[in-house]
Amino acid sequence: MADRPHRPAAPPQSSLSAADPATAAGWVDAPPRMGFFTDTSVCIGCKACEVACKEWNGVPTSGLDLLGMSYDNTGALTANSWRHVAFVEQPRPAGHGTASFAGNPTGDSASAASAARSAGTAKPTGTEPGVLAGEPQAAARTTEFLGMPAAGPPGRTGSAEGRSDFRWLMMSDVCKHCTRAGCLDVCPTGALFRTEFGTVVVQEDICNGCGYCVSACPYGVIDRRVDDGRVWKCTLCYDRIGAGLTPACAQACPTESIQYGPLDELRERAAERVATLRERGEPQARLYGHDPHDGVGGDGAFFLLLDEPEVYGLPPDPQVTTRDLPAMWRRAGLAALAMTAVAVGAFLGGRR
Amino acid sequence: MNADRPAVGDRFRRFRAGRRAGEELAVPPAEFTSYYGRPILKPPVWTWEIAAYLFTGGLAAGSSLLAAGGQLTGRAEVRRAGRVAALAAVTASAGLLVKDLGRPERFHHMLRVAKPTSPMSVGTWILTAYGPAAGLAAIAEVAPLLPTRGPLGLVRRALPPVGRVAGLAAALTAPALGTYTAVLLADTAVPSWHEAYADLPFVFAGSALASGAGVGLLAVPPAQAGPARRMALAGAGLELVGAHRVENRLGLLGEPYRTGRPGRLLRAGRTLTVAGVAGAVLGRRSRLVSAVSGAALLAASVATRFGVFHAGVASARDPKYTVVPQRARLDRRAAEPGG
Ligand code: SF4
Ligand code: SF4
Repeated sequence: MADRPHRPAAPPQSSLSAADPATAAGWVDAPPRMGFFTDTSVCIGCKACEVACKEWNGVPTSGLDLLGMSYDNTGALTANSWRHVAFVEQPRPAGHGTASFAGNPTGDSASAASAARSAGTAKPTGTEPGVLAGEPQAAARTTEFLGMPAAGPPGRTGSAEGRSDFRWLMMSDVCKHCTRAGCLDVCPTGALFRTEFGTVVVQEDICNGCGYCVSACPYGVIDRRVDDGRVWKCTLCYDRIGAGLTPACAQACPTESIQYGPLDELRERAAERVATLRERGEPQARLYGHDPHDGVGGDGAFFLLLDEPEVYGLPPDPQVTTRDLPAMWRRAGLAALAMTAVAVGAFLGGRR
Repeated sequence: MNADRPAVGDRFRRFRAGRRAGEELAVPPAEFTSYYGRPILKPPVWTWEIAAYLFTGGLAAGSSLLAAGGQLTGRAEVRRAGRVAALAAVTASAGLLVKDLGRPERFHHMLRVAKPTSPMSVGTWILTAYGPAAGLAAIAEVAPLLPTRGPLGLVRRALPPVGRVAGLAAALTAPALGTYTAVLLADTAVPSWHEAYADLPFVFAGSALASGAGVGLLAVPPAQAGPARRMALAGAGLELVGAHRVENRLGLLGEPYRTGRPGRLLRAGRTLTVAGVAGAVLGRRSRLVSAVSGAALLAASVATRFGVFHAGVASARDPKYTVVPQRARLDRRAAEPGG
């Protein structure tokens, strides 16, 4: 057993000590931390990752409703969708300025009304909270929405009328496997745990569906299945990577938008990629979740994005809630003292 | 960067430029980008049971403090009312907590671990210590109903001292029970709960005291209800000051506490609290007015707890409350020298 990673009987449970989360969680001789680098600049939105994940992990269906959000009918990460491909439509050219479109008429293609309508759609996913309706005003204000795409590419109207510059952003979202994972910190049963690969996994035989992790995740990832009452999310294919295989989504991705490997290597590769893209005239290219000094200590699954995180439905500055926990306990302690003082005073403070 | 090109995310830049131009607003204009207006966070899956538990847990804590005070100062009726209310409230609490689980039959999995980073785990152990103590203290109240002779006579003599120890043990753990629930809510990514972490414990402590005092006012003749009246007054003060700070010091994140259903609930709670305290003080000679005041304080606590609960849910459902404060934080950091 000495050569295999193992955990002593009672490892520390907090994920607040950052550097190597597996070692911090009590693993001895942990393998290198593994993760995902999702390079959205090459994503073609084929959803092979969504399908491969469902196939391998036996994830139930997540409803068949059309959401009216471009080609995204998955809507969000849920207990029944562990990868979610977001489609963002923007009336803007990608990358190199407008040279090739210069002189073309640009019509007012954004439709606030259809954006508002799409925000109002929800669907039964078999999970809770699942995919909830959004705020119509917020969607309408984001006029970067072209309505449901037509069968042909935009602009092919036979005339120059109504043509517009346009780009699609696609991103395959997933659990971030945070270095400081709020879900793991707050889990009262120990169902959520840190694996030897530094990932965060739910033990389905332990979880009692208390739902605390759902509220603690700063990314809105983890979700509960209605029929079985437990929470489910990406395991980074714990079973596959333990056997030396690549996670199903990364294996299925035809463009290597999803890359799997040791986190150190992925971070290096990502830094190179972002430099290349900027050099080629994509100044908005940036990494998200790569920084070990961010509010969650860096993500085990991080991204290359082409716009602000919130455009893709990601929080711009996530923080692990337990960072403030010592201060919270101090305030609660003070309040408890005040409670005692009031009770004592009430009985001593008068004759009747 | 090409200046002719409409900058990606320019709405933000405009919003930020507007703020830099000098209008330092307590509530920044809620203009932000989002993914089809969808929530970023998953709102709590907790349903009314948890909001109700916030009330029953606080009620149990307040009642146990009242009972211990009655016990130590020789006010038998105060003691009895407090102990009985505490047992009823903690029993309801346990039922509500188990019912809200996705897998109720696995409630005991909570006892596998003790995790200081999980307020729910801490709360489980607080309840495990408090519950039996409060139960024993209440059971001891049946002693006078037992026969004086035989084996039950022995029980009759043994119960009061057991009840005294248990009553004090319950009162010692009660302040923890009454305040940890604030940390339970605050230790989440729910924006309006998390950012209120400094003040929520005082709201909950005050609400717990006021509801415990409500039991005293309801169940005890006015002549013995002096301590309950004072507890109501001080508890209401804590609660009202705390709630005022929650509503007004959080900028944009205070908004869910002031608007919509949570706003209505919290206003109702405030009105009932003020009415209850006024009735308790002014009607101190009338059994009826005292009892009505006690009921008003209990109702106030229910309204306050549901209001706080729903304000958090509302803040998680609207991406505005996730994006705008985080953007402001990033801006502040960028503006810091060396940041
Ligand atoms: S993204 Fe959410 S569910 Fe995934 S590890 Fe982080 S806190 Fe947990
Ligand atoms: S729902 Fe399950 S995994 Fe989540 S905190 Fe509760 S017991 Fe842990």
